[in-house]
Order: sequence, then structure tokens, then C-alpha cells
Amino acid sequence: MARQSQPAMSRALQRRENVSGYLFMLPSLIFFAGFVIIPMFICIFLSLTDANMHGSSMFGNFIGFANFVKLFSDKTFLRALWNTFLIVVVSVPTVCIFSLWVSSAIYKMHGAARSFFRIVFYLPVVTGSVAVTVVWKWMYDNYTGIFNYVLKGVGLIDKNINWLGDERFALWCIILILFTTSVGQPIVLYVSALGNVDQSLVEAAQVDGANNFQVFWKIKWPQIMPTTLYILVITTINSFQCFALIQLLTSGGSGTNTVMYYIYFTAFKLTEQAGHFGYANAMGVILALAIAALSALQFRLAKEK
Amino acid sequence: MKSGVERVSAYKVISIIVLIVLAVLFLFPLYWIVTGALKTSADILAPRPVWFPTEWTLDNFTRLFDRRSATLFDLYIPFSSLFSSNGEPILLLSGPVVPAAFRWLLNTVFMAVVAMLLTCITAAMAGYALAKKRFRGRAIVFGLIVCAMALPKQVILIPLLKEMALLNLYDKIWAVIFPTVGWPFGVFLMKQFSESIPSEILEAARIDGASEFKTFTTVVLPIIKPGIGALAIFTFINSWNDYFMQLVMLSSNSNYTISLGIATLQAETSIDMGILMAGAALAAAPIIIVFLIFQKYFTQGITMGAVKG
Repeated sequence: MARQSQPAMSRALQRRENVSGYLFMLPSLIFFAGFVIIPMFICIFLSLTDANMHGSSMFGNFIGFANFVKLFSDKTFLRALWNTFLIVVVSVPTVCIFSLWVSSAIYKMHGAARSFFRIVFYLPVVTGSVAVTVVWKWMYDNYTGIFNYVLKGVGLIDKNINWLGDERFALWCIILILFTTSVGQPIVLYVSALGNVDQSLVEAAQVDGANNFQVFWKIKWPQIMPTTLYILVITTINSFQCFALIQLLTSGGSGTNTVMYYIYFTAFKLTEQAGHFGYANAMGVILALAIAALSALQFRLAKEK
Repeated sequence: MKSGVERVSAYKVISIIVLIVLAVLFLFPLYWIVTGALKTSADILAPRPVWFPTEWTLDNFTRLFDRRSATLFDLYIPFSSLFSSNGEPILLLSGPVVPAAFRWLLNTVFMAVVAMLLTCITAAMAGYALAKKRFRGRAIVFGLIVCAMALPKQVILIPLLKEMALLNLYDKIWAVIFPTVGWPFGVFLMKQFSESIPSEILEAARIDGASEFKTFTTVVLPIIKPGIGALAIFTFINSWNDYFMQLVMLSSNSNYTISLGIATLQAETSIDMGILMAGAALAAAPIIIVFLIFQKYFTQGITMGAVKG
């Protein structure tokens, strides 16, 4: 009897778990499915159509992979892809190294000092991209900007540079701003990760005569590896999505076009083919694939270590 | 041995100096916004930068407020567009006409607060279910959530726009709020916090005959409260600053957020730095104050999200 009633009991329990589980999930799933999953499928679907703002049907005609083929002969897109790649390749390692250095310098400080530095480096993120961009635009300004004034003062340049209007500098100016708004979160993460490093291992190594560099490389670095990986992934995603800076500072001019901006431009701004949603979504799909591939690569590399 | 100690302290001194210099550089843009907002035009246009205002003025704010105006709020009869003659919602009550910046601020606060509340409620429930309920399909849902988190949110904005147009939500603040609530980071974070709830307590509540909902409100919620605090502040700040989403979804002056309003002013008056700094100060000040008050929770939220689940 008892043996027979056991599975029946657990089945009732399983049903209760199912029903309550689904009910608790339901409100969140409505939003998740409605505003994340469904748009993802629409994005993939639209990328295979010639949908645009003016067409009679909202979803256009099915044209297979024609958008993707066209993309890879679109010089503007290839340039935007290259710029995006450059931003990622420059900013990801610099953000990681810089935030690791700052964190190792501050994580042992007293609570107040540590909080102070953590807050200072996080402030540009909180300030918001529009406010940050507006003030940097002034600092880069040709006539009233402080960059020209200071650099002339110390003798590095002898006449004013139009930072954001010059192909040689514009992208680097944007990377600099992106950098200041990207280090906040990694620093918070590294400070907490370094604080959690097993102190007994560090002491044991020091007793054995290991120097600071060895302690860092052999003991701390492997232990903070998961954090590093997470930071690499979020910084990569952030750099790929660099949009507000471009839109507000150069509108994609001076050789600063990125994929994210070009998507926006194609969907809303391009004059002769404005509202070309199919084409824009094809770029979105490529961007998503690129990010997925890079994230997978980073996981792979981290695992091998 | 001794020289080693000295070298370490020398390194320490240098690194502290470098840190202080970096802190000054990182704070400078904020300083420049605040002083710029309070400088006279003469100070702003001076060819050599005026590091400290020679004269303080609120003139920039006055000009900012004079530029555009809007009603402070518009109350519509809920769902009235379904039965009104022209398909537009019926206006119940309008606030007084004020400088548009106030309307933008009010819109932004409304957006961030509602997004925060909805996210916290839905994510706390879902995170608890994912961590503690062994329901069927749990692994699939969690897998989808992790995948979605790794994908760039902005990629789906254009399809989202189409969807909002279909739902008749385009140019409404809800079009910005709903996708923020749908973003699965909150669920992920709350799952991490809910893992720490001891299963024995839940078991005990069940044996006592408490309903699932009662267990959630009286047992689960008190335990995950710090997590909810972290998620709340995190969502509030992210929603406040999600410029791209606001840009794509909102189009009329009275529906702008403060970020969007300032960005528009920037396009209109790109040389009048005084107005722009006043606008930037107005956009950044509230969120910075909120951040400074709640930064402890915020730090906790960021670090918890990184712990692999």
C-alpha cells in the first residue's frame, strides 16, 4: 500500500510544483516573451524580407538572403563593421587592464576610501550618456574646448584641432569617452572579486617566499578568472552597442560610423531609402552573431587557461 | 628585506597619487557641467577656459525653460481610445503649462519608477520559482533567459518598434517601460538571491498549510529583500539612462524624457553651451543623487549578477 501511494503522492506534489511554478513565472514570462523573444523572431524574419516604411504590406516580401549578400558589398557597412571591430579591440583590453589595476590598488583600502574611488569611477555611467556626451562635445570644441587649450599650453600641438571633425581623431575621441563610461562596472566587480580571494592561500605563498607579482599571477589571477570572463563579455557587448556617443557627437561622420549607428540610420534617417527595415534587421542579425561568436570565443579561451 | 618594504611603500605612494589624479580627471566632466550651467555666456565663450566662474548666474536655466513649454501632465480616460469617435484617447485633465523640461523630468521619473516596480514584482516571483520550484520546463526557460542576456538588447529595437506600432503603443511611455520589464537580467539576479532561501523553511510553511502565495509574501520576500533593493536601484538607473530606447520609441515633445529632450536641444542649439550644460545638469542631478543614496545596494546588485548560476 505504502509503496503504491508513494508515486501518487509525489505526482500530486509535482503537479503542485508545476502549477505554482508556472503561476509565479507567468507575469515575468508575459513581458519576456512579448518584448524580447517575439521581437527576436521578428528581427530574424524581417532580415529576410524587403520590408520598409513605405511599402504597402508591413512585413514586405520574402527575398531570402539577398539583404546579407548586399551588405557585404555595401562599402558603408563594411567601414562601419571595421570601426565597430576597432572600438571593441581597443576598448575591451584597455578597460579590463585599467579596471584590474585600479581595483588592486583600492580593494585593500579603508571602507570610506574604497567607496569613494568606486563611486568616482562609476559616476560617468550614472550620469547618463546624453549628459556625458554634451559636456565632452564642449571639451572637444574647436574654439572653446579645453583640450585644445591644455594641449597648446603644454606645447603638444601648435594650432587648434577640430577633434570631432577630423577623420584622424574622431573615432579615438569617441573611444576615450566610451572608456570613461565603461570602467565603472568592472571596477566594482574586480574589487569584490579580489576581496573574496582565499587569504590563506595568499599567506601560504608569502610564507614560501613568493613576491607580490607571483602571488598575483599564481594565486589571485586564477581565482578572479570567472569575474574577468564576465567583464570581458559585458565590455564587448557594451562596446558593440556604442550608439549614443556616435549619434550625438558626429552622426556617423568623420569616419566614425558603427554598425549600431548604421542600423539606426538605415531604419530612420537614410534619405533615399529611409525606413529600410529589412536591411537594417539583417545588420542586427550580423551584429548579434558577431557578439555571440566573440562571447563563445572568450569562454573557450578562458576555459583553456 | 628592508629595501623590499621601502619599494612596496614607494609603489603604494605613487599608485595613490595616480589614483587621485585619475579621480580628478573622472570628476572633471561633472564639474564642468555644474560650473558651465552656472556661468555667464562671456565666461563660456572665453577663448581661454574659465576654470572657476567669475560670476554665478541662473541665466542658462531661464533660457532653457523659455525655449519649450508643455503641460505638466495630461490625464486620459483609461482605454478611452477603444470607444472614442476618432480612436484617440479622451483627455480628462491637463496640468498647467510649464517649461517642457519639467514635463520631461516628470515623464522620466514616472517611467523609471513604474519600470522599477514592475521589474521588481515580476522578477522576484519568477526568480523564486526558478530557484525553488522544480516545475517542468524550468531548464528551458532558464536557458532562454541566459541566452537573451548575452544578446545585445539594441538589436531588437527596430522589431520592437514595429510591435509597439501594432499594439498602438508607439510614442507612449509604456513602449519604453514594457521592454525594460521584459529584459531578463532581473529574473537572473533574483534567482541568485533566492537560491539562498533554506528549503526547510519553505517545507515548514507548506506543512503548516500556508498557501503558495502566503509563503511567498511572508517567508520568501523578507529573505530576498536586499536583492530586491539592489534590483530596484539598478533598474531605476538603467531605465533613466536608456537613451536609445527612448529615442526610438518616443517622438512628441510632451512625451520626451529628459535625456531625449536635452539631446533634441543639442541638435537645435549646438553652440549654446550654457543651455546644454543647464540641461545636462538637470538630467544628471536627480539620478546621481539617487545613486549616491542607494549606492550600497547598487554595488551588491552588480556583484550578485556576475556570480555564475
